[in-house]
Amino acid sequence: MINYAYIIPFLPLAAFAVNIFFGKKLKGASAYIGIAAISASFLMSLSIFFAFLGGAQRFEVNPEWLNLGAVKFGMGFLVDGMTSVMLIVVTLVSLLVQIYSIGYMHGDPRYPRYYAYLGLFTFSMLLLVIANNFAMMFVSWELVGVSSYLLIGFWFEKKSASDAGKKAFITNKFGDFGFSIGIMMIFAFCGTLNFGEVSNAIAKGALSGSTLTLAGILVFCGAIGKSAQFPLHVWLPDAMEGPTPVSALIHAATMVAAGVYLVARTYFLYAASPTASAVVAYTGVFTAFFAATMALVATDIKRVLAFSTVSQLGYMIMALGVGGFTAGMFHLTTHAFFKALLFLGAGSVIHGAATQDIREMGGLGKHMKITMVTFFIACLAIAGIPPFSGFYSKDEVLLAAFNYSKPIYIAATFTAFMTAFYMFRLFFRTFTGEMRTKLDPHESPFTMTIPLMVLAVLSVVAGWLFVQGHAFETLVHFKEGAAEEGSLLVVWISIAASVLGIGLASAIYVFKVVPDGYFRNKFPGIHKVLINKWYVDEFYDRTVIKPSLNLARRFFSFDSKYVDGAVNLTGIINVIISKLHNIFDKAAVDGAVNGVAAAAQGGGGILRRVQTGLVQNYMLILVAGAALAVVVFFFIK
Amino acid sequence: MMLVPFIGISAIIFAIGVYGALTRRNAIGILMSLELMFNAANINLVAANKFLNLENSIGIIFPIFIITIAAAEAAVGLAIILSIYRQIKSVYVEKINIMKW
Repeated sequence: MINYAYIIPFLPLAAFAVNIFFGKKLKGASAYIGIAAISASFLMSLSIFFAFLGGAQRFEVNPEWLNLGAVKFGMGFLVDGMTSVMLIVVTLVSLLVQIYSIGYMHGDPRYPRYYAYLGLFTFSMLLLVIANNFAMMFVSWELVGVSSYLLIGFWFEKKSASDAGKKAFITNKFGDFGFSIGIMMIFAFCGTLNFGEVSNAIAKGALSGSTLTLAGILVFCGAIGKSAQFPLHVWLPDAMEGPTPVSALIHAATMVAAGVYLVARTYFLYAASPTASAVVAYTGVFTAFFAATMALVATDIKRVLAFSTVSQLGYMIMALGVGGFTAGMFHLTTHAFFKALLFLGAGSVIHGAATQDIREMGGLGKHMKITMVTFFIACLAIAGIPPFSGFYSKDEVLLAAFNYSKPIYIAATFTAFMTAFYMFRLFFRTFTGEMRTKLDPHESPFTMTIPLMVLAVLSVVAGWLFVQGHAFETLVHFKEGAAEEGSLLVVWISIAASVLGIGLASAIYVFKVVPDGYFRNKFPGIHKVLINKWYVDEFYDRTVIKPSLNLARRFFSFDSKYVDGAVNLTGIINVIISKLHNIFDKAAVDGAVNGVAAAAQGGGGILRRVQTGLVQNYMLILVAGAALAVVVFFFIK
Repeated sequence: MMLVPFIGISAIIFAIGVYGALTRRNAIGILMSLELMFNAANINLVAANKFLNLENSIGIIFPIFIITIAAAEAAVGLAIILSIYRQIKSVYVEKINIMKW
């Protein structure tokens, strides 16, 4: 089965092709085509996953794609333990999201196109996962960017949605620019793009020292863009304009994790360069902290989750930076399940209550029991309460940070505290207490609640199952990474931080020990900064967007004054010259042409008398001519 | 044997052919005169081959081509004359002036 892994991405591609070309005829049936394709992919991924649990070996196929003499490009696929985990995550979340979307997108005028885009996205993401070289990775990297753009702007009638799509795409381009330069650097020094060969070349010293560090940081730029790390995190909160299942699939579970996967896949760069991995670690921890602070005050249910995603991605990136290769990928896996659950739960709330503002919600739990319970499980998982999945992965991340650097560890733990607080703030304000405004909430249809339940079960058990016999570590490890010593201190501190966060949230929103708005009124300055997202958007507006626009306007006025002036002047001169030409034409050229015609006509009138139509006349002339020729030939030398 | 009688007879036949072609009113007569001219040329070629001792015998082979083409030409010519006769009930060439502009 492993050697047929390349089929997995192409099934969703087939679904995409069918839905994009025949969507208008298929209407509702398009969903089932998408789901059938992704189910088949999921089953194949599952069998590959179990093969690797059973101890299968890394498998790579690298057929030649382009032969440029000295340089050969391969274009194949690579399946190892990490790939098998990613395949499971992507196909499973995609499957559940597609099932969920039957209910959520019901009645949308562009329903088949939605499923087509989902198919395109799933194809690109799976291709990214099984890529065995930088070139293929980059192509699929851009393809997921395109599908993300299409899906964020799916409701493009809304200006905010189409703007958000553009913002996501352009912001990502900044990162991809660095990524592509990084790839070129690697190619220039190693002469190959295949991951394994590059790794060997680095081991032999083809790329080392500051060049290696630079290449690592440039490749990491791609991850900064795609995984929404500071300073390119601005697109992800806006990306929430897309349909909520899309946010769950692309902007929580899979695509944004592609950056983490990229760092993990190219870990040989960072393992060889302490500076590059330090950059990764500090970017990650700063993003984790920074995004969590913004989540504290956000009032849009999806934006809270978006900031939380940025923060958790920062966690994973940090884990990779501090040497916790397995920990980062583990957190990616568990996070995919519980964050997809949170988003789908939020989608269910939005579907039932028809609002996204948590200030308008409250007491929805009475009407939406399944949604509430599953959301609660996800909150516990992300807060890191044992034995939920988030606890195990977060604990390993914190342990890796603890062994690397104490300031990073402290910041990460404080982030864990904030995470617990804002998640339960969200939970309490949405589901408990009194309804603040008149809503008419109702539970969602079963196509939406079943995926919630499946993900809830996974959020509970995934972490525990994966630590049994170091299962995850055997699947995903870098070289012969030894299992790190557990530390009870770290475990207790992380549990304490989570409980403290939950306690504070319940003190404010349930027991009302601390009045709501106490901190807001006490620190209005900080609140203002946080609610404005640290003014990063404004900063970009002033430093990047406004100057670009100004420059463009300058160019425009230069254009309209000087370039257009020159063009118009040329035009006027041409018109004058043309008029002169016209006069000359009429008199001289036309006269000549008409003269020739008249001469031909006159000459024809004379010569046509020769055409008698009598064959014998012609023959006579012929014979006379021949006789003349003879005379000339013989008598006149 | 001498070359001159051959060339002489060839020239005479050719002259008869030219005269006939120019003066006959009957289209069939003109065709016959044309055949005379062809054959005059053939005699000339064969005689030349004989007296010039050419090794590749082109002077013998070429008349065979000419005879073949003459046969084809006669067939086409007669067919045209027949068809003209059906149109205008005449084979006199001065009546056939529909080619005139």
